[in-house]
Amino acid sequence: MASSVVENRSFGLRLGSALFVIVWLLIAAFPFFWTLWGSFKVELDFFSILDWTDALTGPRTEQVYGSTFTSTAYEGAWIQEEFWRSVINTSLVCFFVVCTSLTIGTLGGYALSRSGFRYTFWLLIAALIFRAVPPMTLVAGYLLPFFELNMWGHLPTAVIVLVAINQPFTLWMLHSFFEKIPKDLDESAKVDGCTQFQAFRHVIIPVMWPGVITTGLFSFLLAYNDFAVTAMVLSKENQTMIPKIASFLGTTQTEGNVMFAVAASVSAVIPLFILVMFFQRQIVSGLTAGAVKG
Amino acid sequence: MKFITKSALAAAMMLAGSQLAYADGHAKCGIESGRVSVVGNEFPAIQTVGAGAQECASDSVEVKTNLTADHQKINVAGMTANPAEYTTAIVANSSIVALINEDVIRPLDDLVAKHGGDLNKNQLITIDGKVMAVAFMANAQHLVYREDVLKEAGIEPPKTYEEMLAGAKIIREKGILQNPLGGAYKAGWNLAQEFNNMYIGFGGEFFKPGTAEVSINNEAGVKALEMMKALSEYMNPDYLTHDSNATSAEWKAGNVAMMNMWGSRVGPLRETEGSSQQVVDNTKIAGPMTVGGGSIPATTLWWDGWTVAKNISDEDAEATFLAMKNGIDPKMLNDETMTQAVWLIEGYQPTPAAIGVFATVEAQAKPYPMKPFQGLLHTALGAEIPDFMTGKESAEKTLADIEAAYNAAAKEKGFLQ
Amino acid sequence: MKHKTFFWFFLPTALAMLVFIAAPILSILMQSVFLPHEQVVIEVESCGPFGCSTTTSVDQEATAKLWEEAPLGRFAGMQVYFDRGHLAVAEVGEAWSTTQSWGEFFGTLGNLPLYRALAFTLTYTFVSTPLLIILGFAIAVAVNNLGPWLKGPVIFFSLLPFVVTQLIGSLILFWMVDARGVIGTFIQWIADDPDLSLKASTPLTWIMLIVYGVWNSAPFAFVVFYAGLQTLPQDTLESAMVDGATRWQRIRYVVIPHIMPLVTFVLLIQLMDNFRVFEPIIGFSAEAHATSLSWIIFNDLGGETRQLSSAAANSVLTIIGVSILLAPVLVRTWRESKAKT
Repeated sequence: MASSVVENRSFGLRLGSALFVIVWLLIAAFPFFWTLWGSFKVELDFFSILDWTDALTGPRTEQVYGSTFTSTAYEGAWIQEEFWRSVINTSLVCFFVVCTSLTIGTLGGYALSRSGFRYTFWLLIAALIFRAVPPMTLVAGYLLPFFELNMWGHLPTAVIVLVAINQPFTLWMLHSFFEKIPKDLDESAKVDGCTQFQAFRHVIIPVMWPGVITTGLFSFLLAYNDFAVTAMVLSKENQTMIPKIASFLGTTQTEGNVMFAVAASVSAVIPLFILVMFFQRQIVSGLTAGAVKG
Repeated sequence: MKFITKSALAAAMMLAGSQLAYADGHAKCGIESGRVSVVGNEFPAIQTVGAGAQECASDSVEVKTNLTADHQKINVAGMTANPAEYTTAIVANSSIVALINEDVIRPLDDLVAKHGGDLNKNQLITIDGKVMAVAFMANAQHLVYREDVLKEAGIEPPKTYEEMLAGAKIIREKGILQNPLGGAYKAGWNLAQEFNNMYIGFGGEFFKPGTAEVSINNEAGVKALEMMKALSEYMNPDYLTHDSNATSAEWKAGNVAMMNMWGSRVGPLRETEGSSQQVVDNTKIAGPMTVGGGSIPATTLWWDGWTVAKNISDEDAEATFLAMKNGIDPKMLNDETMTQAVWLIEGYQPTPAAIGVFATVEAQAKPYPMKPFQGLLHTALGAEIPDFMTGKESAEKTLADIEAAYNAAAKEKGFLQ
Repeated sequence: MKHKTFFWFFLPTALAMLVFIAAPILSILMQSVFLPHEQVVIEVESCGPFGCSTTTSVDQEATAKLWEEAPLGRFAGMQVYFDRGHLAVAEVGEAWSTTQSWGEFFGTLGNLPLYRALAFTLTYTFVSTPLLIILGFAIAVAVNNLGPWLKGPVIFFSLLPFVVTQLIGSLILFWMVDARGVIGTFIQWIADDPDLSLKASTPLTWIMLIVYGVWNSAPFAFVVFYAGLQTLPQDTLESAMVDGATRWQRIRYVVIPHIMPLVTFVLLIQLMDNFRVFEPIIGFSAEAHATSLSWIIFNDLGGETRQLSSAAANSVLTIIGVSILLAPVLVRTWRESKAKT
């Protein structure tokens, strides 16, 4: 840690730096606290089209429900609209995406980092180009084959597609982590008579976790937040959270229920809170171990 | 490989949880066996029809529904596969075109002859003499106004857009409301639809008869754009971001006195929680407006109906026809479902919210055109009109741009050479 | 590593990418050069709930015959790429020869969908990418100065804009920046203009989108840089201090070179993501003022009639655009990797 440097810092500099952090935190977190507060109001107060303070004080909410807070939106989303189904679907998708993505990504990333041949560079470039394809176009191309193979609508299909689309990023990230793990480790294991896979299993796997967890976190976020793929390849009963929230917003000709969407959005953020809290140490230490050498 | 076993596991779990309706007992709705799979939008009226179709599920008949707002993006692919995943798609007069263009739905004449005796003649959508769909509900945009505000300003509910403009001016000058007009003028589909309304009101024709050649760069087009711009002066300055959701929100907040709005959205305007009692009590509806002294209302009529896929066995088609017919059977009409839509079904009693749509039908409004290339023009309109509304271009230039954008798209799709 | 071993290790990931990315890319390429057949349009009578009228319809039998003869469609070469909806070669050529000044020329270009989208996309990419890297770096340095007990919660709240899905994040902000919303009112108060609306003006919409982009992606840069700061070589830093280096000099000559590889990484990812900007445009309903390449694809696919060939051509153009954008960074990486071996 940079503790010895800290001592030399002037008070003014530290104050300025602390103020900067405070301003940043305000900017970063304010919208979410505002939404959290507003999610317990009725729609008219949340939008506060009449006066922006309505979102704080909730006069309409009080008129309708006799209190300035109401959990109607949450009840509507979770019970009436069965948002919990989407939560289960999202959990399944996320779990399998992270596991699959890391399993094949680790193997591939490890191979890329240990092969000295030129083609590894070109493979990485190809992966980067693959990442440039807009997911929307990819998904539009999947539809017909998926319908013909009877794969459309099922969660495993969404999992495989998400894994594939996220492979380029996973590969790049894991590749740079493995670059940081000294090559002598597995080389010496191989000298001792291990095959490459044994060396990988017994020597590399035990030390690779920080990098893998960080990469896994990014995979998780991708699957959790995906809209483009899940909205198009999943049937209604297998719908995940984000498309479900979007469906609360209504269509041109019919009224949606915006407050359900707000309540569901707040609900969708909470698991992320827990996740980030839980893994923040790993995220940082993971990146430290790996991506530093880009 | 590891991930395959995992996927298989997940598949097994999904199968256990999926919502297939298998009911016990023998044949229902007169269907012996077959597969019925419905794709459609998800609003309540269609949910009701879907539930009606599901009643026909039995040991030998499988009925699945997939009702989602994204239905239009998946129905063509889902019906192109052979056998088709979806045996029926619920569509509107704008979206049936894509299914007909791709030739994925079948003519229903034989099924109508066999089982459709009790359907109203006007429910049958025919093209070139062949029944392609069965309609069950209607919709239209028409006038919605605030009785109290209009009274205070001393004006009558407008019958024409010119009266609407004059009324808006009075309301603003009297200081009652700053932006008395509302409208779904969001750039894209909504804005294009408002142009369609206005252009039809001015008596315009979108295409040269019998061809795919667009012809909107004319006097009617210019007038339509200018009227839209004049109206927008009395709208919230953010009107280009207001879709019908946002417009409804403005209405409920009491900021708007007159708007051209979908009949299907009137009910919620009157009952949504938190809308003040004053707004609820004074939200009144009337028929559509005309424009420029014309007699054709400046609006379009819409229907929703169901089709039957081509790439399925005749048995499945018959099962689908019967199940969907059960979905729109007059016996499903009750106090709750009556308010969900303007049903085109025998025995429907119009609710107060439906008088706007009925008035539109009576005023002999035109239906939204079912031309194979209308959708391409709609997209071009939605992308190019904002330039005129924001004052970047003249009306003539915008109309020329629309025609150029349409021509490029129509050439690509093979409608023009 | 032997080729054979490498092959087996790399097979699963390669398979996934080949089937789900490379194969679709090929089909996209095909789709952009093969167009649907000419449609034989006939006049028919159509009836429905609202009466009968004459309309047009596609003659299915005639069209089906054409498809049978050439199942891929009609080969059109680069026609789609060159038409008005895309590179608009003819229109640009005409503008070049008829316009009198650069301003007029660019004005004409800005009226063509692709160039209009490019104008916003490139502005967005080149303004927000450096800004978010600088902001991310500043946050990382500032957070690194905090006491250890404060770091945890601060990191957690700093990450919020990044971890929430863009579609919902931008929607929430869209509600807040409304002229009557809390942020909108605040901005009106600062600007001392009660009629100011961010959503109604093109420049303000652009600024709003760029600010949103920076807000959304700065946390990503922050996490990566913060991690990099943890491995800062202490001895170099201390010896720099002994030599009397100022704080600024230490950052300039020790910290920045140390995290340079990370800057490259963030730059690559963010250039690519910003070039494909899409969700904010939808979330902020900004179509009237700002469009992007990805938005055009969305518009092609989302209409009543889907324009698949157009969407395919736009996707190919996006890939090419990203490649051009990333080329300088990649060439440098290649030189470095070559120097290493």
